[in-house]
Amino acid sequence: MLTFKLAYRNIIGAGLRTWLNVFVLSIAFVAIIWTQGLIEGMNKQVMDAMIDMELGGGQFWHQSYDRYDPLSIEDAHGSLSDGLTTLIEKGRATPVLITSGAVFPEGRVQTILLKGIDPKQKIINIPSEVLQIHDSDIIPALIGGRMAKETRLAVGDDVTVRWRDVHGTFDATDIRIVGIMNTSVQSVDVGQIWVPLASLQNMIQAFDEATLIVLEKQIKAIPPDDAVWISRDLDYLLKDLKELIRTKSVGSSIIYLLLLFMALLAIFDTQVLAIFRRQKEIGTLMALGMPRRKVIGLFTLEGALHGIMALLVGAVYGIPLLRLSAARGLSMPETMDNFGIALSDTLYPSYGAGLVMGTTLLVLIAVTIVSFVPTRKISKLKPTDALRGKLS
Amino acid sequence: MKNEILITTAHLVKKFPIGGHFFTALNDVNLTIRAGEFTGLVGPSGSGKTTLLNIIGALDNPTEGVAVVMGQDTKTLNHKQAARLRSECLGFIFQTYNLLPVYTVFENVEFPLLLLGIASSDRKKSVMKALEWVGLTDKVSSRPSQLSGGECQRVSIARAMVKRPKLVLADEPTANLDAANSHNVLKMMLQLNREMGTTFIFASHDEKVIGYLRRKIGLTDGKVVEDKIISTQNHEESETPC
Repeated sequence: MLTFKLAYRNIIGAGLRTWLNVFVLSIAFVAIIWTQGLIEGMNKQVMDAMIDMELGGGQFWHQSYDRYDPLSIEDAHGSLSDGLTTLIEKGRATPVLITSGAVFPEGRVQTILLKGIDPKQKIINIPSEVLQIHDSDIIPALIGGRMAKETRLAVGDDVTVRWRDVHGTFDATDIRIVGIMNTSVQSVDVGQIWVPLASLQNMIQAFDEATLIVLEKQIKAIPPDDAVWISRDLDYLLKDLKELIRTKSVGSSIIYLLLLFMALLAIFDTQVLAIFRRQKEIGTLMALGMPRRKVIGLFTLEGALHGIMALLVGAVYGIPLLRLSAARGLSMPETMDNFGIALSDTLYPSYGAGLVMGTTLLVLIAVTIVSFVPTRKISKLKPTDALRGKLS
Repeated sequence: MKNEILITTAHLVKKFPIGGHFFTALNDVNLTIRAGEFTGLVGPSGSGKTTLLNIIGALDNPTEGVAVVMGQDTKTLNHKQAARLRSECLGFIFQTYNLLPVYTVFENVEFPLLLLGIASSDRKKSVMKALEWVGLTDKVSSRPSQLSGGECQRVSIARAMVKRPKLVLADEPTANLDAANSHNVLKMMLQLNREMGTTFIFASHDEKVIGYLRRKIGLTDGKVVEDKIISTQNHEESETPC
């Protein structure tokens, strides 16, 4: 209690010097939480977008389907099991048929995936309803913004696609772009052309067949696997994304550490300076009868109190700032498309309790340790040397 | 208790390493100081006054010999025991006052009582009493930077006296003060010595201090070259000799 009282007196008594340190440290606090919140928000947004527009609440894959093997895709389709059919009929799942093909925009050729989806589905959040065209001569197609940009296709354009049916026969026809969707999920956009499920089944002669089934997000009762249809939960489906996030988190950890280092440097510097500047004071404290351990405790506590005060000061201006940034988000430049994972136009930072508490605890512990390290010098200080201002 | 032996030094030697050899700061110092004395260690710079004061104050250890302060051999004390001895029994007055710069006058004087764990209300009474002794009750909220040198030294005296120690060690207490302030401070210490029986030991080469001493211990090159009782009543009734 005495040490706390004296540390508090010293800190308040130091006036401007204290407040400068506290302010610098508080900036570090807020900056760490903001950058980490931004990264967490980005990761959360990417995952949410993938779940919303592609993965749903999980999927059933045809046993031959391997998303990394384009050659297997042509054979990866089959008739639906009764359980899955029931789910689809209840509107709790939607089938997707996938085949590889090529598109010929402006005389160029580009490999694509043709994806057939029920235009009336509500399971994944893509505007499939634009594919509901009652004209048997036209095969309507939906593409993403990036795909449109790459192929220079616009709504109303006709373009030739070529594919191979289940018998291995190549066929080609024109499709008409009826919609261009804006999506941050590259795997529903780049190199993908969405057509009505029935049309694609007809094109490749795979009637009533699908490659995968997307389940609704709130699904609870998932039918068991059978010989043909393998259940893939979100952990499995997001495995690659999580791996990518983990890889990229190395970069964010460096930012985190740099900011933390900056904060700790401020405290370390203050403490080292304090030991040099306040030698005479230390000598006086010892001469007046303060035990060495208490002097060390006093200086360490002063450092730790800087951390606590920085936390409070940081909260005063940081909470409104962080709330504002979470509400308004951060506009992302177009070049961020090349970042490797789908980013939306605006990033909304996410400040979870874990992030705030974890950062707070980590910074406070680090500040205390960093305060203690230079203070150890006091333990080597002879009172007579300290009184003379001579660090031994 | 008057005539009680407070300090005994026997064959006290203190050597400091300087370069490749040792400098002898104290050489075979044998002294006995009794309670209630108003004693000065007098000598030129480098004669060992401060070194002897530091050893008596358990701030430093002798190289050889023994220093027994209030029954405790300072050489055998560990850091904690030495700190306790200083905290409970000794008061220090420094040449440069050594007030804690961020504390007010009240907080500076209160500090030794905080270390002793004295209750808040008792602390307040003791501090105000000590400030009364030195005539600084109107400066309780001032910081050391707002005080004159003489006032700072009076705060330092109040801080040394507030816990009513048996022994006060004053290292060149008037070196930074003008003549008038020096005499004020010395008269104040003499009065405290007389009224409270506190033993004062000064390290000084200031003639003004020497004029107030009742016992003068002369040191030269670390040796006691003179030890004499000067007077028992000089300055006690006289006017300031300046």
